[in-house]
Amino acid sequence: MNALGAPVLATINAQVVVDAIGLGATYALMAVGIGLVFGILRLVNFAYGQLIMAGAYTLAYTSSWPVAWSIVACFGVVIALSLLMERAVFRPLREQSPTVMLVTTFAISFVLQSIALLIDIRDGQIGEPAPSLTSLNVPISIDGVDVRKVTIVAVLVAIGALGALALLLGRTEIGLRTRAAAADFRTARLLGVKANQVIGLAVVLSGALAATVAVILTVQTPFVTPDFALHDTIIVLVGVVVGGIDRLWTATLGGFAIGFVSGIVNGALPTDSTVYLPSVVFALVILVLLLRPAGLFVRGRTSVVDRV
Amino acid sequence: MSPAMLEIDGLDVSYGGIAAVRGLSIEVGKGEIVGLIGPNGAGKSTTLHAVMGLVATRHGEIRLAGTSLRGRAPEEVTRSGISLVPEGRRIFADLTVEENLRLGLSGRRSREGAAEDIEAVYALFPIVKDFRRRRAGVLSGGQQQQLAIARALVAGPDVLLLDEPSLGLAPKIVDVVFETLAEIRRRGITVLLVEQRAQRTVAFADRTYLMANGEIRLTMTPADAADTDTMVAAYLS
Repeated sequence: MNALGAPVLATINAQVVVDAIGLGATYALMAVGIGLVFGILRLVNFAYGQLIMAGAYTLAYTSSWPVAWSIVACFGVVIALSLLMERAVFRPLREQSPTVMLVTTFAISFVLQSIALLIDIRDGQIGEPAPSLTSLNVPISIDGVDVRKVTIVAVLVAIGALGALALLLGRTEIGLRTRAAAADFRTARLLGVKANQVIGLAVVLSGALAATVAVILTVQTPFVTPDFALHDTIIVLVGVVVGGIDRLWTATLGGFAIGFVSGIVNGALPTDSTVYLPSVVFALVILVLLLRPAGLFVRGRTSVVDRV
Repeated sequence: MSPAMLEIDGLDVSYGGIAAVRGLSIEVGKGEIVGLIGPNGAGKSTTLHAVMGLVATRHGEIRLAGTSLRGRAPEEVTRSGISLVPEGRRIFADLTVEENLRLGLSGRRSREGAAEDIEAVYALFPIVKDFRRRRAGVLSGGQQQQLAIARALVAGPDVLLLDEPSLGLAPKIVDVVFETLAEIRRRGITVLLVEQRAQRTVAFADRTYLMANGEIRLTMTPADAADTDTMVAAYLS
């Protein structure tokens, strides 16, 4: 055992693993949201985090409402914003190259953060508290391990949402059409699959997942700022690419994996060294991309940008 | 004279300023089979794509039974009654044979008669029925081509466009494809067939147009079948 190894291993206990699973589940939900839209539109939506941010602000501004209504408002705002984004920006760009679309979503990301700042700053300070859901942040002790209620919620919601999505995609006609559109959009349209219908479905589901994540993250961090979820989105985007963005389940696994690894590394690093977390995570990412460029969970070697 | 089933009138298509199809006019009467042959890059596939609304047209009209298809999206063209069997078959390899077929149903104008049409397609292609639970990707090239045609037929089209259905198939399988086309003709479906196998197409179709550089150079009938190669060579030189 080397000098570094002993304290590192000692700190990876059940507590760290439980928290890492919670983070992995949350990131998996984000990965599905990003992967669904990518599957249909071949568009990496960098502004996905700002959908979550908008949801978090909605929770903050409606924190005096009954919690259920506050959550309904969050879903309403995020799904509406998601549809607006598709209608106003993605649709006119549908024939453009992936690079143009990616850069455009960068721009949307910054515009939405600026708008959030303008709304937020009206009371003279940046950031809004979102206290109504903090009761979920209370830990309960299971076998000596403190599990926050929100971790349980995150894991259950992730399992439930992914299960429902799998049923929708696997067992319904609209799901079949969506899978076909994700595999070969042009041929699907030639067969009569309505482009706007499957895109609309993907965008609404993606928005619903963003709203779900907004609720979970707001419980954990009940103080909303314009850059809320920005860091998480970057990590998840990396995870999605590392997992294999071309398929929904590999993207989801990638999201879970990077969340889980981040949680473990975060727990393993001494508290004064957590600034190195991104370095460690991205070092692992570089390693994965060198060894398996098509994606960690992708069988065989298929091109990531094989399209139309 | 009643209006043609499919009418292409003065079609111009260009990609990035380069003309791919110039002033093309073709009429396909109801129940007719019309062939379109010519070298690579002649504009045959582009013509089919223009009909389907996959590429923007600069000039010209495309009409189905007298109604203009201008501005319609591919899924709307399919619902209007034109189905394309695309080049390279474009089977969904990860989906089952049956799922591929069900996707074809999304191009129908109504659900009415869907079950009968699926049964008819199963009768025409027993292989599609036998393998319906399998992943489409494991089928051979010839079987995939049959599935691609079956998938287009379950939409109940009035007009079937085929883009090189014999491409990459063994001669015996090519026979099967042409027998299928003969059966489709017997069912009264109008066909526009793009092919590389010139002589075979000329012999089979009611009329065959030779296309080069985006234009029609020559019209041939089955009587010309024996001389196809010399005629094509003469007009392309």
